[in-house]
Amino acid sequence: MTKQINFNHSAGVPVDEQVLKAMKPYFRQYYGNPSSVHAVGQQSAKAIANARVQVGQLIGAAPKDRVIFTSGATEANNLALQGFAYRHRRKGNHIIISKMEHLSIINTAKFLSKQGFEYTQVGVDKHGIVDTKALKKAITDQTILISIQHANNEVGTIQPIADIAQIANNAEIPLHVDAVASAGLIPVNVSEHGISLLTLSSNDLYGPKGVGALYTRKEVALQPILTGGGQEYGIRSGSENVSGIVGMGAAAELAKEQLADNVTRLTWLRDQLIKGVLEKIDDSYLNGHPTQRLPNNANIRFSYIEGEAITLHLSFQGFLVATSSACTSKTLAPSHCLMSMGVAEAEAHGALQLTLGRENTQAHIDKFVEVLPPIIEKLRAMSPLSKDVPYDIFEDEEHDHHH
Amino acid sequence: MYSKTVIDHFTNPRNMGEMKDADAIGKVGNPTCGDLIWIYIKVKDDVITDVSFKTFGCAAAIATSSMITEITKGKTLKEAYQITRTDVAENLEGLPPIKMHCSNLSADGLHKAIQEYLRKTGRTVEDLK
Repeated sequence: MTKQINFNHSAGVPVDEQVLKAMKPYFRQYYGNPSSVHAVGQQSAKAIANARVQVGQLIGAAPKDRVIFTSGATEANNLALQGFAYRHRRKGNHIIISKMEHLSIINTAKFLSKQGFEYTQVGVDKHGIVDTKALKKAITDQTILISIQHANNEVGTIQPIADIAQIANNAEIPLHVDAVASAGLIPVNVSEHGISLLTLSSNDLYGPKGVGALYTRKEVALQPILTGGGQEYGIRSGSENVSGIVGMGAAAELAKEQLADNVTRLTWLRDQLIKGVLEKIDDSYLNGHPTQRLPNNANIRFSYIEGEAITLHLSFQGFLVATSSACTSKTLAPSHCLMSMGVAEAEAHGALQLTLGRENTQAHIDKFVEVLPPIIEKLRAMSPLSKDVPYDIFEDEEHDHHH
Repeated sequence: MYSKTVIDHFTNPRNMGEMKDADAIGKVGNPTCGDLIWIYIKVKDDVITDVSFKTFGCAAAIATSSMITEITKGKTLKEAYQITRTDVAENLEGLPPIKMHCSNLSADGLHKAIQEYLRKTGRTVEDLK
């Protein structure tokens, strides 16, 4: 097998070796349950307390704030929305999210709408930036929570989180921020912006999978969505995943140390990648914001061809990439992010989502820019679509399809 | 996810490209859905003497297009009209379930091309029976 080059870091990253090393003693040596009074148990309790500090420091949390460990970002997002909504139901029943949110936010909001809550999905511009005027307008006297992501993992757009926080703070509505895609790549600071709740994922920080965290400011009350023995401040019951939590803590500390380097180095690599691809391939376009974008993200669409076919050809060349094409999704639905940004559905099929990481080098970018053009050329030669034969003239009404 | 045969036809598609002197073209699919398949046929004495394709779509769409050109060449119009989506999938050693419906359109494209040829020669599908 050819050596694999990972340009799909938003889907999964290898656990950092230092993180793995930090975790190892917590499998056999320090196996204790932190709820136990004995020494082995207390060693685990100490390790979790340490991990809370490490995670808190990555996001600028105050000492009295809470870091609640969960099974991952999906659970943290569920806890943020459901836990907050149930706890504060008497104050109102309205939640505001955006159209760019992760499905663990969108589908949780949908779920809540069946439990007597209502939600508004604020739209975005063509670059995927949340319409802050619409956000302001969406606030009613029933609004109890605003949940907006810091950055989008698919198209890379970074939201004007300071402006959004100011809108929320002026209206005295708590703000939840999904920072899964941004943490470790750009500065995230809950205290600076007055963020009340914030979601993190361990694997996105080069920690183990199956761990995440929900940050809550000290005065924010939540109703548990998992009940039991009262672990994690009584908010998230269940014996703690000690080794995983230790791993997430170590990963957060490393991410904080490497943040500045990451920003500079990855931004440079990303720009080489975008420039190289757009220069070499006609009818290719960058999705997402040209400058307000994650240092590791390049989302590029290629007209007249479909992304799964590109992805498969790239995998034969050793490149791991993702596509926004509906053809690889479980639902066969096109990317809700690209749709919200106004990208035509036919064009959205040809989008590649490239996310760089720590181990990527200039040589990887050079090789990618070299192997991609012949693949695009080959698939375009196969396609009936071209500059002269555009998308919109072939609407076949008889054809039964998945829509 | 895909069988070896699908990958083979996807990587080295047979009979790919526009046929300038085609007797009929069958166009199916919709770029909005991510699949568009054109099947070109050349017919002599009601036998398909040449067939080619152009396809916009995923690996399954490309492989099914390539496969149908292989199993169609040399067949009579009547024989070719009986080729189904299932035949194409079986010849490819199966398709992922989710692709069976959405990307397995090449048989429809072939049928449309045959209908078009029959129409041009003043006949309908009924005349094949």
